[in-house]
Amino acid sequence: MALNVKEVKTEIVSDWCPGCGDFGILNAIHMAIADLGKPLHKVAVFSGIGCSGKTPHFINSYAFHTLHGRGLPFAIGAKLANPELTVLSVGGDGDGYGIGAGHFLGSARKNVDLTYIVFDNAVYGLTKGQASPTLHRNEKPKSLPMPNINDNINPLNVALCAGYTFIARGYAYDVKHLKELIKKGVEHKGFALIDVLQPCPTYNNLYTKEWFEGIEENEETGAKTKKNPRVYKLEDTGWDPVVKNPNNMEEVEHKMSKAFLKAQEWGDRIPIGVFYQIRTQDYGERLAERMPSYFKTPPAKYPYYDPKTMKPTTDVSEVLKGYQVI
Amino acid sequence: MEYLKELVWLIGGPQGSGVDSSASTFAIAVASGGYHIFGSREYHSNIMGEHSYYQIRASEKQAHSPVNKVHILATFENETLHIHQDSVLPGGAVLYDEATTKPEELKRKDVVWIPIHYMELIKQVAVEFGREKDTQKLAVMRNVLSVSASLAILEYPFEILARTVEAFFKAKKPKLAKINVRAAEIAYNYARDKAVNLGFNYRIKPIPTPPGERRILLNGSQAAALGKIVAGCRFQTYYPITPASDESEFLESHPEFGVVVVQCEDEISSICMAVGGAETGVRASTATSGPGFCLMVEGMGWSGINEVPVVIYDYQRAGPSTGLPTRFEQGDLKFALYAGHGDFPRIVMAPGDTEEYFYFGMDAFNYAERYQCPVIFLLDKNLANSTKTVSWFDPNQLTVDRGALLSDEELLKMVHSNGGSQNGKYKRFQFTESGISPRAVAGQEGGVFWNTGDEHNEYGHITEDPMLRLKMMEKRMGKLDLAEKEIPLHKKIKTYGASAKDADCLAVTWGSMKGPILDVLADLEKEGIKVRLLQMILMSPFPVQEMMEELNQAKLKIGVEMNYSAQLCGLIREKTGVAMDSFILKWTGRAMTRDEVRDGLRNIVKKHEKKVVLTHGA
Ligand SMILES: Cc1ncc(C[n+]2csc(CCOP(=O)(O)OP(=O)(O)O)c2C)c(N)n1
Ligand code: SF4
Ligand SMILES: [Mg+2]
Repeated sequence: MALNVKEVKTEIVSDWCPGCGDFGILNAIHMAIADLGKPLHKVAVFSGIGCSGKTPHFINSYAFHTLHGRGLPFAIGAKLANPELTVLSVGGDGDGYGIGAGHFLGSARKNVDLTYIVFDNAVYGLTKGQASPTLHRNEKPKSLPMPNINDNINPLNVALCAGYTFIARGYAYDVKHLKELIKKGVEHKGFALIDVLQPCPTYNNLYTKEWFEGIEENEETGAKTKKNPRVYKLEDTGWDPVVKNPNNMEEVEHKMSKAFLKAQEWGDRIPIGVFYQIRTQDYGERLAERMPSYFKTPPAKYPYYDPKTMKPTTDVSEVLKGYQVI
Repeated sequence: MEYLKELVWLIGGPQGSGVDSSASTFAIAVASGGYHIFGSREYHSNIMGEHSYYQIRASEKQAHSPVNKVHILATFENETLHIHQDSVLPGGAVLYDEATTKPEELKRKDVVWIPIHYMELIKQVAVEFGREKDTQKLAVMRNVLSVSASLAILEYPFEILARTVEAFFKAKKPKLAKINVRAAEIAYNYARDKAVNLGFNYRIKPIPTPPGERRILLNGSQAAALGKIVAGCRFQTYYPITPASDESEFLESHPEFGVVVVQCEDEISSICMAVGGAETGVRASTATSGPGFCLMVEGMGWSGINEVPVVIYDYQRAGPSTGLPTRFEQGDLKFALYAGHGDFPRIVMAPGDTEEYFYFGMDAFNYAERYQCPVIFLLDKNLANSTKTVSWFDPNQLTVDRGALLSDEELLKMVHSNGGSQNGKYKRFQFTESGISPRAVAGQEGGVFWNTGDEHNEYGHITEDPMLRLKMMEKRMGKLDLAEKEIPLHKKIKTYGASAKDADCLAVTWGSMKGPILDVLADLEKEGIKVRLLQMILMSPFPVQEMMEELNQAKLKIGVEMNYSAQLCGLIREKTGVAMDSFILKWTGRAMTRDEVRDGLRNIVKKHEKKVVLTHGA
C-alpha cells in the first residue's frame, strides 16, 4: 500500500544551496519510496560523500551516509546479508565515477538487486566545484581556474560495458519522470543505474536548468522563454529498452548497440529515460543455487546458537572427521 | 638402534611438484601412530619451480615450532640436497635420486646416503599395472615413494602407511589409490633392505594414546575458518592475498554452513561490504594480510564512529609493501593499533596457537558485538600454514554473547515507551551509563536509524556541536575502559613455565612465537634456567594492571618477537613505562626455531646479552 510522502521525510533540514538539483532528486526518491509502499524499516538507503551524500539524513528509513565512493560496497553488503531489504545507493558523480570507479565496475559483475542513483552535476560540489569525471574537456565552469584538462567518461556507456542490467538517465527537475524511473529501477530485479542530470547552480554555470530546458532570458526585460529544450524523453520517441529474450544474443547485441549509440547523444538533444534493460540471474539467485536455504535463512537470519543457553549450534564434526588422525 | 622420542623429517623440491601432499601423507601416517605433529611449510612467492620445503616434527609430546636439525631429508633433486644437507643430524639419512645425483654432491660423511632410483621403481609399478607408456605421467608417484622409503628405514609399520595412502587418494583421486599403495609397498621393501646394510639406526614405532582421546591434524587457516563458522560468522568478504585467502576459500568450499563469501574488487570494498552486512545483524568479517589491511583503514574508522561490530582477520606476512609475500613476520601490531585518523575504539587481539585460532574466534565476534566496535584478530603466516595435531575441537566450551542487541519485541517496547512506534524514535547512539547503546539492526521494525561518518547526535544525524562532540567521543572511547574491566585475565594474558617468584627471566611474546618458547621451557629448566613465558593476547584495550604486576616481579625481562623494532615491547613501554632488558628478534621471514630460541634465552640469562638477532632457515 502506498505511503504518505510525509512519512518518508525526516525533520532534518537540508543544507543544499537554493536552486540545487538535489532537491528535485530527493523529492523523486521520497515519492518513489512512498509509491512503492514498502514498510520503511525494510528500506535501506546508502550514500557516499558529497552534497548528494547527505541524502540519507532526509529519508525516514534505515539510512547510511558512508564514505567517499564506497556507498555501493556497503549497500551490497546489506542487501546480500538481508535480501528482504529494498536497497538504494545514492551519491555524486565524483563519488561513483571517480573515487568509487572500481566499485562501479566491480559491482556490475555481481548484478546485486539494488538501485543506484547518481547525482550527476559534472563537478565536485562539496569540495567547491572541481571538475568531476563527467565534465568534458576544455569546459570551464566558473569554479575552475582553468579549463578542464581531462576527458570525460560517459557513465551510461561504461555501465553498458560493465554489465549493468538496467541503465537509465533522469533529469533532476522532471521529478515525476524521475520518480517513475526510480520505481522501475527498484522493481527491476538486478542492478539498476540511474544517472541523474543535476544542475549545481553554485559551481556549474554550464549545465544549468536553463541550459537543459532551453530557457532563454531576455536581458533587457528579464522575460523567460522556453525554446528547444535539450532534454527529451526516450519513451516519447517509441524507444524500447527491454531485451525480451535474454538468451537471444542477436537481440541482446542489437539493443545494446542501439543503447550505446543513443547514450552518446549530447549537446542540442539529450535523451532521458531507460536506455537498456535485461533480466539475468541476480547475485542472490546465484547464491541460492549454491545454498538452497539462502532466501529462507539469509546471513542476517541464520540460526547459529541456542538463544536459551547461548551455546553455538553449528555442528562441524563432519569436517573434523576429515582431519581426524586418532 | 635408537627409538626416537621425536623425529624430524624434511622434504623439499620445486614448488608445485607435490612437496605439500608428500608432507601431508607423512604427517597423517605418523600422527595416526600416536605422534604429535608440528609441520611447517616454507615457499616462495611463485607457483611453479622455486624451492619449497616442509619440515615435519613428530613428537611424543606436543610440539609448537620448527627445529634446526632433521633426522631424515627426502629429496628428488640437487637443489634441495644442496640447501638442506647441512641440517641433517649425524647418523641421519638422506634419500636422493640415484639417477640424477653425481657422487660429488654427497658431501656429508657422517650421514647415511640412501639411493633411490625413483624412475626405475615407478617403471616397475607401471609395468605391473600395464601402464608402461605412462611412466612419465606417473613420475609424481615419487612423492609417495619418498614418504614410503622414509617410513621404511624407520621401520614404521607399513599397514599404517598403506591405510593413509589409500584414504588420501580415495578422497582425491580414487582411481589412483591402488597403484599408489602398490608403489608405496615396492618403495618400502626396497628402502628397508637398503637401510639395513647402510647402517641407519633411528627408529620410531606407534605409541599408545590416552583412551578416548580424539585428535585432528589441520593447519591454522582451517582452524580459524572453523572458528568463524562456530562463532556464527555468516558473511565473509575478501580480496585474494597470501596467506589469508585460504580461510575464505575454505568457507566458500563449505556452503552447507550458510556462510556467504563474497570475493570483492578490492579490500576497500571488502571492509565496507562486511560493515554493510553487519548493519543487518549478521556476524560479518573479512580476512586479509598487511597490504590489504592498509586499504581497509578508512572503512574501519567508519565502523568505529558508527559503532558497527565487524571482525578483521589479519594474517600477517613480512612487510613493508609486498615485502616477503609468502614469509612470516609479526609486523602489523602497531599498524593494527594505530591505523586510522582520529580516535576510535578498537579491540586488537592475537591468538598464539592452532587451538586459539579456533576458540578465540568466538571472543573476537563476541567483543565486536558487546562493545560495538571493530575487532582486529592478528594471525600470521607461520601458524596459518603450519599443520598441527590438536585435540578434537569442542564448540560446547564456547558461549555466544550478542551484547546489547535488541530482539524485535524489546525494540518495539522500547520505541513505544519513547512515545509512539513511528520511525525516528529509536536512538541508535543513546547515551547510557556504560557507553553502550541498545542496538537495533537494519530491517527491524521501529529501529530506523541513521549512520554517518560525520560526528552525529544520538539518532545518528550530523552534528558539529562541540558539547555533543565531547560527549560522543567519551561515550565511544569509554567502551574500551569497560572492555578492559570486563574481559577476564586469562583472555588478556597467559603465562606458562616457572612461577613469577621462581623465574630467572620473563619471556614476553605474542602470537605464534609463544610456540618455540613453550618448546624450550623444560629443556632450559633442566639446565637450571627457569623461564616464565608471558603470552600477550589482548593488545587493545591494554591490560595495564595485569602487565604491571608481571613486569614488576620479573628479574630479567626479555622480549621475543618476529619483527625488527620489537613492536610489542614498544607498546608495553608506552602503556606501562617499563622497558624490556633484552630482546630476541628475527625478521628474515622464517619462523624462529626451537633451538635458536633456546640458545638465545640461555645467552641472555647467562651472558647478559642485550639483543639476539636470529637468522636460521633457508
Ligand atoms: C577519501 C576522501 N577524499 C576526499 C574527500 C573530500 N571530498 C568530499 S566530497 C568530495 C567530492 C564530492 O563530489 P561528488 O561526489 O560529485 O558529490 P557532489 O558534492 O557533487 O554531490 C570530495 C573529494 C573525502 N571526503 N574523502
Ligand atoms: S554546491 Fe552545488 S551540488 Fe552542492 S548543494 Fe550547492 S548547488 Fe547543490
Ligand atoms: Mg558531483
